[in-house]
Amino acid sequence: MPKDTGIGASSKRREDIRFLTGKGLYTDDLALHAQAHAVMVRSNVAHGKIVSIDTAATEAMPGVLAVFTGEDFVAVGGNPAGWLIKSRDGTPMREPKRPVLAHGKVRHVGDAYAAVVAETYQQARDAAQQLADDTVIEELPAVVDMKAAVANADNRVHDEIPDNVCFDWGWIEDNRAAVDAAMKAAPHVVTLELTNNRLVPNAMEPRASIGEYNTGTGDYKLTTTSQNPHLTRLLVAAFVMGIPENKLTVVAPDVGGGFGSKIYHYGEEALVLAAAKKLGRPVRWTAERTESFLSDAHGRDHVTKIELGCTKDGEILAIRTETHANVGAYLSNFSTATPTFLHGTLMSGPYKVPHVYVNVKAVFTNTAPVDAYRGAGRPEATYSLERVIDMMCRELNLDPFEVRRKNLLTPDQFPYQSPVGLMYDTGNYQATLDKACDLGDVAGFEARRAESAKKGKLRGMGLSTWIEACGIAPSHLVGILGSRVGLYDAATVRVNATGNISVMVGAHSHGQGHETVFPQIVADKLGIPESSVEIVHGDTSKIPFGMGSYGSRSLAVCGSAMDRAMDKIIAKGKKIAAHMLEAAEGDITFADGKFSVAGTDKAKTFGEIAFSAYVPHNYPLETLEPGLEETAFYDPANFTYPAGAYICEVEVDPDTGKVDICSFTAADDFGNVMNPMIVEGQVHGGVGQGIGQALLENTSYDETGQLLTGSFMDYAMPRADDVPFYTVDHSCSTPCTHNPLGVKGCGEAGAIGSPPAVVNAVIDALHRGGITHVKHIDMPVSPGRVWQAING
Amino acid sequence: MHNFEFVKPSTIADAVKAMAQDGAQALSGGQTLLPTMKQRLAQPETLVSLTGIPEMQGVCMGEGGLHVGAATLHVTVAQDAKALYPALSTLAGGIGDPAVRNRGTIGGSLANNDPAACYPAAVLASGATVVTNKRKIAADDYFQGMFTTALDDGEIITSVIFPVPQKAAYVKFNQPASRFALTAVFVAKHAGGVRVAVTGASNDGVFRWTEAETALSADFSPSAISGLTVDPTGMIADLHGTAAYRANLVKVLTGRAVAAAH
Ligand SMILES: Cc1cc2nc3c(=O)[nH]c(=O)nc-3n(C[C@H](O)[C@H](O)[C@H](O)COP(=O)(O)OP(=O)(O)OC[C@H]3O[C@@H](n4cnc5c(N)ncnc54)[C@H](O)[C@@H]3O)c2cc1C
Repeated sequence: MPKDTGIGASSKRREDIRFLTGKGLYTDDLALHAQAHAVMVRSNVAHGKIVSIDTAATEAMPGVLAVFTGEDFVAVGGNPAGWLIKSRDGTPMREPKRPVLAHGKVRHVGDAYAAVVAETYQQARDAAQQLADDTVIEELPAVVDMKAAVANADNRVHDEIPDNVCFDWGWIEDNRAAVDAAMKAAPHVVTLELTNNRLVPNAMEPRASIGEYNTGTGDYKLTTTSQNPHLTRLLVAAFVMGIPENKLTVVAPDVGGGFGSKIYHYGEEALVLAAAKKLGRPVRWTAERTESFLSDAHGRDHVTKIELGCTKDGEILAIRTETHANVGAYLSNFSTATPTFLHGTLMSGPYKVPHVYVNVKAVFTNTAPVDAYRGAGRPEATYSLERVIDMMCRELNLDPFEVRRKNLLTPDQFPYQSPVGLMYDTGNYQATLDKACDLGDVAGFEARRAESAKKGKLRGMGLSTWIEACGIAPSHLVGILGSRVGLYDAATVRVNATGNISVMVGAHSHGQGHETVFPQIVADKLGIPESSVEIVHGDTSKIPFGMGSYGSRSLAVCGSAMDRAMDKIIAKGKKIAAHMLEAAEGDITFADGKFSVAGTDKAKTFGEIAFSAYVPHNYPLETLEPGLEETAFYDPANFTYPAGAYICEVEVDPDTGKVDICSFTAADDFGNVMNPMIVEGQVHGGVGQGIGQALLENTSYDETGQLLTGSFMDYAMPRADDVPFYTVDHSCSTPCTHNPLGVKGCGEAGAIGSPPAVVNAVIDALHRGGITHVKHIDMPVSPGRVWQAING
Repeated sequence: MHNFEFVKPSTIADAVKAMAQDGAQALSGGQTLLPTMKQRLAQPETLVSLTGIPEMQGVCMGEGGLHVGAATLHVTVAQDAKALYPALSTLAGGIGDPAVRNRGTIGGSLANNDPAACYPAAVLASGATVVTNKRKIAADDYFQGMFTTALDDGEIITSVIFPVPQKAAYVKFNQPASRFALTAVFVAKHAGGVRVAVTGASNDGVFRWTEAETALSADFSPSAISGLTVDPTGMIADLHGTAAYRANLVKVLTGRAVAAAH
């Protein structure tokens, strides 16, 4: 019987009522008294020297209140990178300053070098145009292609970085010789060069920020589209603006999607604060869609050569990769972690591979910064690995299902120390593969293929078995790896006097459904209705210091903190109950919302205990504080390791190259599932994004650094009719062994596992259709590219 | 967007008068013009709305064929031409999305003459007549290259008259992002011969594929064009497809349109 409340129930998303009826409150919805409007002035060349900015005419325009240029921020700090990566030779990565506004040079189309604040938005826009007209920028040759960037030392994104290389990272450097030797000795070696296409995140809500400054108290407030308000506060306060942390509140109200792009601190946030201080008025800024395309941190953008050494019957012996990872013009906050520790550490996948070595060169180019985007590094690793395994199967004429079964880790091999540094705690990869084969009716494929052939269509099937490391992250470990922050999370459970509960969480919901799921867990544990629990998030003045939401961490890390806080509530409740029931504390048990004396019918309800804590008339005040509110910080002992098997079936129209997805089956192991409906929704969304990457989405800069796909007219987002009805399963669950809820995280899974399943299916369709010269097609596998490959 | 004046006349005569002012521009569904203004790429001083003029609305049979008022919405053509000219109805029903179809109009589409727009293919293949406030323009004279038409400054399209073919079909291959035509073909079999109009493919905008017309006039079947080749010279090459790819689509889609024609 499916449950109808608590853990495991598909409770309806309570936040959807306000989202779907237009009652959400997003940053741009806030109208503040005396607010002024900021418009950024952005470079329309990819690379240029700022020769002069004449602000006089702009300042004289109607309504203009202030003009800011890079000069105004020379004295304040830069927006830092959160991870220090060391190159193979031990030298630290190169970290050019990322200023609030570009100074001296502009480094990508959309790089903001000035801002105008005016009484109205239209006045600010007019003034921004004027300022652009009064600015002289001497265009320099643009650095766009990564390999050319590395080869050409004369053309520098940052003058102090001669080869445009941020770092040249080897993982694990000490294993390199052994991997080379194993590769050399391997009976067969498969080599594949591929591109992991750059993506624009395209959250429905564009970025927006409002700065406020209280001239009476000297307090600042930043309302902004953030996935992690405390992290933003830390960055703005401690690194960029030098505002004391306790004088700055950061609020992220309803946020309409992030997918990673709203993890980071952006210059506009500092700008509106500085402007608010200067003017003593609230200053607001909201990105236009074009600005989102040009200035949100993009995702992916790897060029990889992967080699796989194996036996003739498909046992994987060694894997070696060489990747150029684009970081764009500046280092965004997680940009150095994404291609390294979120990527290289996953390069052995769910397989037992003795030898793995990963080399990543991070390269500066005159393009928008690139950072973590749903999956972050793990989709890139999974794609390389699952594509090269498929190629191995084709070269050696082996069955892709059998080859995976042969190489997958087996349940008895956990915990498993991978050759790339991770300790997988638990899993059952055969089970998810079997489940996917069953649900995807692999046995019936031939018959479906024959049906497609009758219509002139080529049908193919693609498989991907994937794993990821999420629940980010154990602080001690990431500290060793170069992280400059801890990655715990925190929750405060406040039982109110009337027995209902407010939970203040460090996690931030920008679509995930925390307001529904977190109360389910509280209700389950404390034996009260879900409707008695409310989640408070997104406001640094209300919530404990947590690190926000990304890396499929909300439940695994913040949910665990919440669980620990509830343990403390129950422990205190037992003390109160022992006093009230005149029993020994050790004899009190708590179940179904009641504190009872074991073996008797004496009991107090949760509500009675809460009331007593706040009206402590009959209460052990000598030994126990009144009140019932507990905070816990939780630092995970390990990453979590969701895994699964995805099967995609496609039809290819050989005359037009169009690929239609006929079915998509996802069998995942997410550990314990709190709300199956929300988990399914997360998988749907993730797979949809993966299909978008595989078939549609393409961020293309021309050789001068102009963004060719700067609007939805050319950047293809997946629409409902581009994706099939999914078959989703999460019944093959092996609970996480090290967090109290046994959860692994599901937010990124779909985007990680799906792209190779789609591309493998397309190549399979072509081969089964006799078009065997096509070994690989880079994503997006668009109709034009498929047709070109067939006819090329 | 810059400020502008807005007038909404209720007769063609008043609209023509309003259009005579300096800086006046016609506004129909606004699906092309308003985004351009929002991006500050156009800044008309006065917008003359054409959507309040009864003479420019509606779909009905009349002299010379099917009359479609220039300010008729795509969604109205999709509904009201269903029985009268099914291929035209299908075309209108496949433009953009419901929001676009409930605002966009045939007159705006033809005045704009986007090289990837749908209606130009129907007008050219049908041998339709573009009626303006001052004259009638044959389809073959009307389209003069990408975003270029025979319209004079201030001239207003008032209606379009479509001779209804014996058989016709429109087959569109979507550009994956915009879902305009990456390439699309309208095939119309008239008593006097077949006309094949191609949109989305050429740097010169909509055009007639005359070799196919000859072949199909002799034998209206997909196999009639199997021996023909399409020259990729002058075809659009962009992120979504090379010139050769578009040339291929012209042929593939023409075959499919012939097969689908009814
Ligand atoms: C998201 C989206 C998707 C779309 N997809 C498609 C598609 O798949 N296929 C397709 O064909 N089109 C597509 N379009 C374009 C759509 O069909 C527009 O409606 C059309 O191009 C313009 O019509 P309109 O009535 O909106 O004209 P407006 O935007 O009002 O005007 C366009 C131009 O025509 C002029 N004009 C308007 N009416 C007249 C007239 N009667 N006489 C003289 N000049 C006039 C205006 O001055 C202006 O210069 C799409 C548009 C959008 C926004």
